[in-house]
Amino acid sequence: MNTFDYVRPSTVPDAVAAAAAPGSAYLASGTNLLDLMKVGVARPDRLVDITHIAGLDRIERLPDGGLRIGALVRNADLAHDPDFARSYPAVAEALLSGASAQLRNAATIGGNLLQRPRCAYFYDPFSACNKRAPGSGCDALHGENRLHAVLGWSPSCIAVHPSDFCVPLIALDAFVEIEGRNGRREISLDALHLLPGDTPERETALEPGDLIVALRLPARAAVFAGHARYLKLRERTSYAFAVVSAAAALEMEDGAIRQARLALGGVAAKPWRARAAEESLAGERPGEAIFRRAAEAALADAKPSGDNAFKIELARRIVVRALALAAAGTPARLPALPGSPFSSAPGALHDA
Amino acid sequence: MPFCISLTVNGVKRNIEFDDPRVTLLDLLRERLDLTGAKKGCDRGQCGACTVLVNGRRINSCLALALSHDGAEVLTIEGVAQGEALHPVQAAFIAHDGFQCGFCTPGQIMSAIGLINEGHAGDDPERIREAMSGNLCRCAAYIGIVEAVQDAQKAIAEAGRRDAA
Amino acid sequence: MTLEILPQASPHIRHGSNIGQPLTRRDGVLKVTGRARYAADNHPPGMLYAVLAVSSIARGRVKSLNVEAAKSHKGVVDVMTSVNRPKLAQDPDEKSNPFMFRLDLLQNDRVRYANQPIAVVIAESLEAATEGAALLAPQYEAEPARVGLDGAESFVPPGVGVGGPAEIRKGDVEAGLDAATKRIDATYETPSQYHNAMEPHAIVAAWDGDRLSIDTPSQGLAMARGRIAGLFGLSPENIHIRSPFLGGGFGSKGLISGPQILGVLAAKLVGRPVKLVLRRDQMYGPVGHRPPTRQRLRIGVDGEGRLTALDHRAKTASSTFDDFFEAAADISHTLYASPAIATSHEAVRIDIGTPLFMRAPGEATGSIALESAIDEAAAACGLDPLAFRVRNYAEVEPISGKPFSSKALRECYAQGAERFGWARRPLAPRQMRDKDGFLVGWGVGTATFPALMFHAEARAIIRRDGTGLVESGAHDMGQGAWTALAQIAADGLALDLDQIEFRAGSSDLPDAGIAGGSAHTATAGMAIHSAGADAIAKLAELATRDERSPLYGAGNAGLVARNGRLRRRDDESRSESYAEILARAGLGEIEGRGASAADPAAQSTYAMHAHGAVFAEVKVDPDLGQIRATRLVGAFAAGRVINPRLVRSQYHGGMIWGVSFALNEQAIIDRRSGRVMNADLAEYHVPVNADIVSIEALLVHEDDPYVNALGVKGVGEIGVTGAAGAVANAVWHATGMRVRRFPIKLEDVLTPAG
Repeated sequence: MNTFDYVRPSTVPDAVAAAAAPGSAYLASGTNLLDLMKVGVARPDRLVDITHIAGLDRIERLPDGGLRIGALVRNADLAHDPDFARSYPAVAEALLSGASAQLRNAATIGGNLLQRPRCAYFYDPFSACNKRAPGSGCDALHGENRLHAVLGWSPSCIAVHPSDFCVPLIALDAFVEIEGRNGRREISLDALHLLPGDTPERETALEPGDLIVALRLPARAAVFAGHARYLKLRERTSYAFAVVSAAAALEMEDGAIRQARLALGGVAAKPWRARAAEESLAGERPGEAIFRRAAEAALADAKPSGDNAFKIELARRIVVRALALAAAGTPARLPALPGSPFSSAPGALHDA
Repeated sequence: MPFCISLTVNGVKRNIEFDDPRVTLLDLLRERLDLTGAKKGCDRGQCGACTVLVNGRRINSCLALALSHDGAEVLTIEGVAQGEALHPVQAAFIAHDGFQCGFCTPGQIMSAIGLINEGHAGDDPERIREAMSGNLCRCAAYIGIVEAVQDAQKAIAEAGRRDAA
Repeated sequence: MTLEILPQASPHIRHGSNIGQPLTRRDGVLKVTGRARYAADNHPPGMLYAVLAVSSIARGRVKSLNVEAAKSHKGVVDVMTSVNRPKLAQDPDEKSNPFMFRLDLLQNDRVRYANQPIAVVIAESLEAATEGAALLAPQYEAEPARVGLDGAESFVPPGVGVGGPAEIRKGDVEAGLDAATKRIDATYETPSQYHNAMEPHAIVAAWDGDRLSIDTPSQGLAMARGRIAGLFGLSPENIHIRSPFLGGGFGSKGLISGPQILGVLAAKLVGRPVKLVLRRDQMYGPVGHRPPTRQRLRIGVDGEGRLTALDHRAKTASSTFDDFFEAAADISHTLYASPAIATSHEAVRIDIGTPLFMRAPGEATGSIALESAIDEAAAACGLDPLAFRVRNYAEVEPISGKPFSSKALRECYAQGAERFGWARRPLAPRQMRDKDGFLVGWGVGTATFPALMFHAEARAIIRRDGTGLVESGAHDMGQGAWTALAQIAADGLALDLDQIEFRAGSSDLPDAGIAGGSAHTATAGMAIHSAGADAIAKLAELATRDERSPLYGAGNAGLVARNGRLRRRDDESRSESYAEILARAGLGEIEGRGASAADPAAQSTYAMHAHGAVFAEVKVDPDLGQIRATRLVGAFAAGRVINPRLVRSQYHGGMIWGVSFALNEQAIIDRRSGRVMNADLAEYHVPVNADIVSIEALLVHEDDPYVNALGVKGVGEIGVTGAAGAVANAVWHATGMRVRRFPIKLEDVLTPAG
């Protein structure tokens, strides 16, 4: 790890001013940043520690019924907040399916939104990576890429976004509050993360100095609370990143789907909202056939970026399953193995 | 020393000076405070051997910058027993053979104490397994670990009832 | 009375109250309080930190290192490269015996595998040393890496495992296959695996003139000391290695590794104590691994369901510069009766670190292939896989025709099956579902591991106060040597456990051999027990020759030692305490010595193996392919059990390694660069707590009068064998899909669409 200046502002404007200089990075809990610094992928000249700024760690009900979550709220605290978990159960389930209890106790909401990819070639300073070193090439493209992107990738980058949390958030039209040099602005979460195109080094819409101060969930997103699930396939039962994941949320009315929300994780450089699939579900009665149709729509543009064609069919299937689980209803209590197909909550529509 | 933080470590408040902003909480404990119970298995938050309680919550001390924890209360494995009297989790780990080589054990025990404090798992073994999955054990003493957590939790609850009575 | 009428020590041996007890670990309190001091926990005054820089190419040479940049980083004291590395008395590439592996000690600028050490940065702080190593920014002259089992020309290795022949045959395999009514011809692949003990290799080394003091984890203190002595031209007595606790070894700490020696060199270079600890990613190269294999099995079966031929051919990989060849096919020598058996090995040399012994080396890799193939053969015959195994039960060792010194495998099959509920298993695959719709499958695998013995020595002292001191340079890497060997020591001296002091884990104690090959309890235990018996024999001689002793003249009758007293065998009311005997003789203490070694006569007569049967249940999501091993029952017969609590834990751990072999762990190696791309613990998956739902180990009674006088076989490795195959077979039974490339991945078991 390189050495760095360490500053600890006590207000947001001070933080923004301190971080606007090139080479600065915000430090929240550091569960991702310190890791990147240890392997030499991140070498900031200055760390701006925001953990001592007061007021960023609150969960507030807004007058319009929405929820505002301060950027420094810890993952575990949010997931276990009863009001939050009741209103947005799929988000709570996604949070609890990620990482480990220790990491969830430390990691912050704001940091989670800005997690860097897990691509082994990105994480390795000795490999070619356009994201890390623009123009150097992409060693993942013809390398060990079984778990890489099948949607939205470009030849310059095939990494996937690793967050679980962001998947249901994007389905629920979450947006973020950003404090920057020109004051405060809001953008939808969907607009925060960028697809690689020719500029994979630009991962987000943030400008130098921009600080995410809060995440907001609209009041209308709570209409899905009774039918919302997050499902995540892993190579071991817990403490692993997603092979593919899906968040499904349904608003039911008289046994039919009034509106649907669907997003995929582990498939693209950003959490992947499947709007065409959502539209295909509106007004339908839940069932295997229409779920399958939605899955086809969600993956219509998918193509393998390497040895990962299986992920496309797997993603379709997890969409079907997540929709089926959502249709069956949100369990009264979060399952013992959040996000896992082996969760004890029944409702799976298995083949015969 | 350009950096000074105040930490309460195992109940004792101390002002700690050091000369390098890069020091993690784990390295501070191990290399500068001679508290070597917390172990470094991966240094990247991937194994849990470095688990300590910070302000009552279990975290990976390897991914915590010491400077950022100014003012924190830290509990390490060295501060768990009351003199020679083992904490119920420690005793249960011995009784259920919840370890072999012992290297991950301080982290397992701190994680188990954290888990019991959190109170989300209850007595459900599946929830305990999930909640202990951030602590790898290559010797694979997982069966004993889950039994130990269940037993210790019971013992703590009973002690609590006795105290209340 | 003379010593010769005390026929050896045997009349005085007592197997009593300590052996067989399920005692908790004697090192337990130290381990649960954080007071157990592992190598990296040491911090002698004036200590510096050393950090390795390792190669990011697999083959070529280091053109340059920016030593100046590293040295100018604040806190860096020195940089050790091939230019200034202190001289060694021995070439690290010298190899005078098969256990002397070539080490990378900066002897030149060659790079022969990724993560090979290429420099060491020494600094006042860990942070400075770490950054100093990063600042070296090596420039390479890279050559194309040879990667994988097809990466180079294949050859027949000169020997496999610990010097066994690469090819062995009995009978005519081709004729047997021709005569068969059913044939299996299947190829299985196993990946590179890394030991990944939780404790990274670490060393704290301090020189004092020509004396060297070391804290480092070691499964073989005497060999480590000898290796260091040779490399540095020191007398072994001048080297003191302390290894009271290992944070796991699994074979990777059996022989001292290059990085540990680099720590000693760094300390010599700077003239101060140095601590060097490997980063996790640095453990994927210089400290050994389990090499990949491709194994073709051909099995012929007659109309009665009996094997007519078993042909097991394994291909493996070793490094370009040293010889370790995984003896994967040799598992087929011992398990199933067949009139014709052939095993053979071929290998390639590729640009990787030299592979090494990793928990059940050869047996684990071979077992998952053999147990899968046997399962395929059973299915081809329409037979229950357990019944098929019993039908092909080997009454004598198939390859040699030798009788087994003991073999309670039939009881293992029976007890394991009963406990598991195997009788309810439907024959055909894909028949079982749980209430949530998951596919359920049950599989079985046979476990086996040779019962080995090495050479060890021990010392036992009876002190003036009647208590005992037993010393053995034994190693506790988690298997429980501190406890089990102390139990043996106490019985050897016929004392209660709390009456003895047991010393181990230090190179200044008698050579206890190596903690490997599942042989440590037998090897060190026999030496310890003999030492105790020797001490008691000497004490008995004192007593029986002393007219003042109530035991005077009792030599013909023999004495019994129990609870710190010697008693006449024919009249136990006549007895005397150890303390009384010593006091009267005016002795402060009496010392016994013991040694152990395999008995060549017994070994040439008998085949010696532990056995077991492992039953596994898996659940598979039919649509999504995710797999979970939900229940394992293993029944094992491994001779006498010293401490059932610890033995059970060994079996549990071994079986979970089997689960991991079948479902989880694998090094992902870039096909172009030869680098491990998941050199960490996030993407190199070993089971976590949530992966393990239910594991049971049954201890099946087995008396073995031949393996050694204690009747002890090993338990540390056998659990891996059998279990891996059982899980793989359960996946087949759940899904109907036979996956022959391990670990089994979720895409391998997806039900086809539609």
